[in-house]
Amino acid sequence: MKGYIRYFLNKLGWFAITFVFAFILNFTLPRLMPGDPVAAIVARQAQGISNPTGVQAIYQQYTELFGTDRPIVEQFFIYVRNVFRGDFGFSFSQYPRTVAEVIGASIGWTLILQFPAIIVGWILGNVLGAMAAYLRGGFDRVLMPSALFLSSFPAFGMAVILLVIFAVYLKWFPTSGGYGYTLIPSLTPTFLWSAFIHYQLPFWSIVLIAIGGQAIGMRSMSIYELNADYVKFARFMGIKDSKIVAYVFRNAMLPQVTGLALSIGTMVGGALIAEIVFSYPGLGTTLLNGVMGQDYPLISAATLIITIMVLTANFILEILYGIIDPRIKAAQSEG
Amino acid sequence: MQHTLRQVFRSGKFVVGFTILMTILLIVLIYPWVVRHPPLQIIGQGTFFPPGIYVNVYDAINAPMLYTLNLEDAVTNRIENKLRQEDRIAMKEWLVAFGVPEDEIDIDNTEKLLALWEANYDPNLRLQGMTFARQRYFQRVNAAVDGLLSTEPAIIAAPNSETGTLEQKAMIRQTDYANVNEVANVRVLPLGTDNFGRDVLTQLVAATVVSLVIGLVAGLIATTIGLTLGLLAGYIGGVVDDVLMFFTNLFTVIPTFVLLILISFSIGQDKRGAITIAIVIGFTSWVWTARAVRSQVLSLRNRDHVNLSKLSGHSVPRIILTDILPYIASYVVMAFILQVSSGILAEAGLSILGLGPRTTETPTLGLMMNWAMIYQAHVLGKWWAYLPVLVTIALVSFSMNLMNTGLDQVFNPALRD
Repeated sequence: MKGYIRYFLNKLGWFAITFVFAFILNFTLPRLMPGDPVAAIVARQAQGISNPTGVQAIYQQYTELFGTDRPIVEQFFIYVRNVFRGDFGFSFSQYPRTVAEVIGASIGWTLILQFPAIIVGWILGNVLGAMAAYLRGGFDRVLMPSALFLSSFPAFGMAVILLVIFAVYLKWFPTSGGYGYTLIPSLTPTFLWSAFIHYQLPFWSIVLIAIGGQAIGMRSMSIYELNADYVKFARFMGIKDSKIVAYVFRNAMLPQVTGLALSIGTMVGGALIAEIVFSYPGLGTTLLNGVMGQDYPLISAATLIITIMVLTANFILEILYGIIDPRIKAAQSEG
Repeated sequence: MQHTLRQVFRSGKFVVGFTILMTILLIVLIYPWVVRHPPLQIIGQGTFFPPGIYVNVYDAINAPMLYTLNLEDAVTNRIENKLRQEDRIAMKEWLVAFGVPEDEIDIDNTEKLLALWEANYDPNLRLQGMTFARQRYFQRVNAAVDGLLSTEPAIIAAPNSETGTLEQKAMIRQTDYANVNEVANVRVLPLGTDNFGRDVLTQLVAATVVSLVIGLVAGLIATTIGLTLGLLAGYIGGVVDDVLMFFTNLFTVIPTFVLLILISFSIGQDKRGAITIAIVIGFTSWVWTARAVRSQVLSLRNRDHVNLSKLSGHSVPRIILTDILPYIASYVVMAFILQVSSGILAEAGLSILGLGPRTTETPTLGLMMNWAMIYQAHVLGKWWAYLPVLVTIALVSFSMNLMNTGLDQVFNPALRD
């Protein structure tokens, strides 16, 4: 038990350090952007105002609102304080909505879409990869190239193809959005059904992409394990095949958990782009709107939230790994 | 070296991947020599012209020679072109709704159908329960079938410059044919035009070259950084290792995609060229190579031959170059191939977000995808604007992954079939 606690604290500390670092990067990078975003907003708002003092006044007001006239260090501390209050300032492109409102409206969609999809893809991929390694033959010969092809496909490409086939030609599913455009989000059956229908294509495009990479990884790991000495020894001992296979796959699974932890960032990135293809009302689409509107508070907040999501998922996986891998317990209790 | 190469080229997967990649390379290198149009020139007035051969009608009429061909199916084809099966069914539907007995209508007999249509159809009549759009549709059908059965030649006329009256210049009979080779202006658009009216195929070829260069530059940068850091961390160890590994671990968990977005956004639209994007991608994707190289070097550095080298007083750079690098070379090549393919994908992802290279000079695969998405090519069914781009991206990336798997099986005997 003591070993676990130490492992947990170690991972927690690492989580905190990464978080601080990501936070600083997240603040600095967008602010290095050339050009004055406030000027851009003022230009948009002040269209048709010919009075220069009026424009100046609008400019002043926005500068104070966003704090862009202070030194950058001070801006940073204002930012830290505000973020911990959940206040990311106003969105430039969707003013007068606050960034927190914009993000709050989209984060749920992304969470509900991406994490189940990635997990389902991971499970299916591992099962298929393990089967390919165990059965070999025809199954392997069909699965491997298709998995390889799937994994070389960008997530948005899969999204476009599913959209064209199932939404445009077969018309089984809607082409875009998270729910019917005539509906208002609520817990009525009509709305839930509509959301469910809109959910299918984005979900499966993420699942399919995830399956490819995971199946290849699991197949390699399983083949490697199946050839290991302990398997040969177990065979000589006359242990039942099903029991050996269970051991093999348990051992092959462990690196796959780490693999998921390490690739979850890339997967989320791909899935965000897939959201854009479907105009799914999640963070990906929000990010696109931010980029289009030169809206740095929005981009900064969206990327921060994405980073936190990925770091947290990573942390949870690390903890899970500590629980399922007996070697960690052994290593920690020795020391 | 020669032996290794021979072994590599005996791997089926590698050869298939290599062939696909080389074919693509060959096409994109030869194509610009054959078709010398600038890739981003706007030629079409309008969006998404379908693929095909575009023949200048003016030049066709003025062709040096018009040939007479008596082809049996010419009339059928002409009618079929104007009056498709669905139009015939729709016409029957209108006539039935109008009150013509259903058994009098034979939609396969064009002559009778048209006679019935002309006798009964009235464009101003609004049938009960018919939507406005449907009514307009019938008006269009009516315009299309007008004069369909006539055998009169079409007359070309031009106004007389003095009197202003139209004078007949030429007559085009229904049996007149122009030879495409003799028509002055013919443009083949095998993949049609895009939303801006630009030749998709020419653009695709140019975009593939740019995207490959982006992948190559990104891959080179990422591999160089990763290799250097991995070698330093693994071989020198100690504080250097600790510091380098700290940063490597940091960048392993911070999503690369987020960094890419933040940096590309910070650079700003004006300064984002294709190479800048490639450099940014390279600088954010070295982490994997660094980690893997380090762990390989760690296992190598206490091998006997390395220790012998140390005892002989060889310098650190020499030991790294002659005793360590050759052992990890195969791995580095594989990592490089993967970096190139993921660099191409990263550019595509960024471009779809609107953070790709600036759009005025060179097309990239990602930008083409971005334009097609913005103009809803996929929803409108304009497959030629996005499908060839997707197929190219997938083929390039698939061929590289295939080469990589082949190499993996050659260098990792445990994975061999």
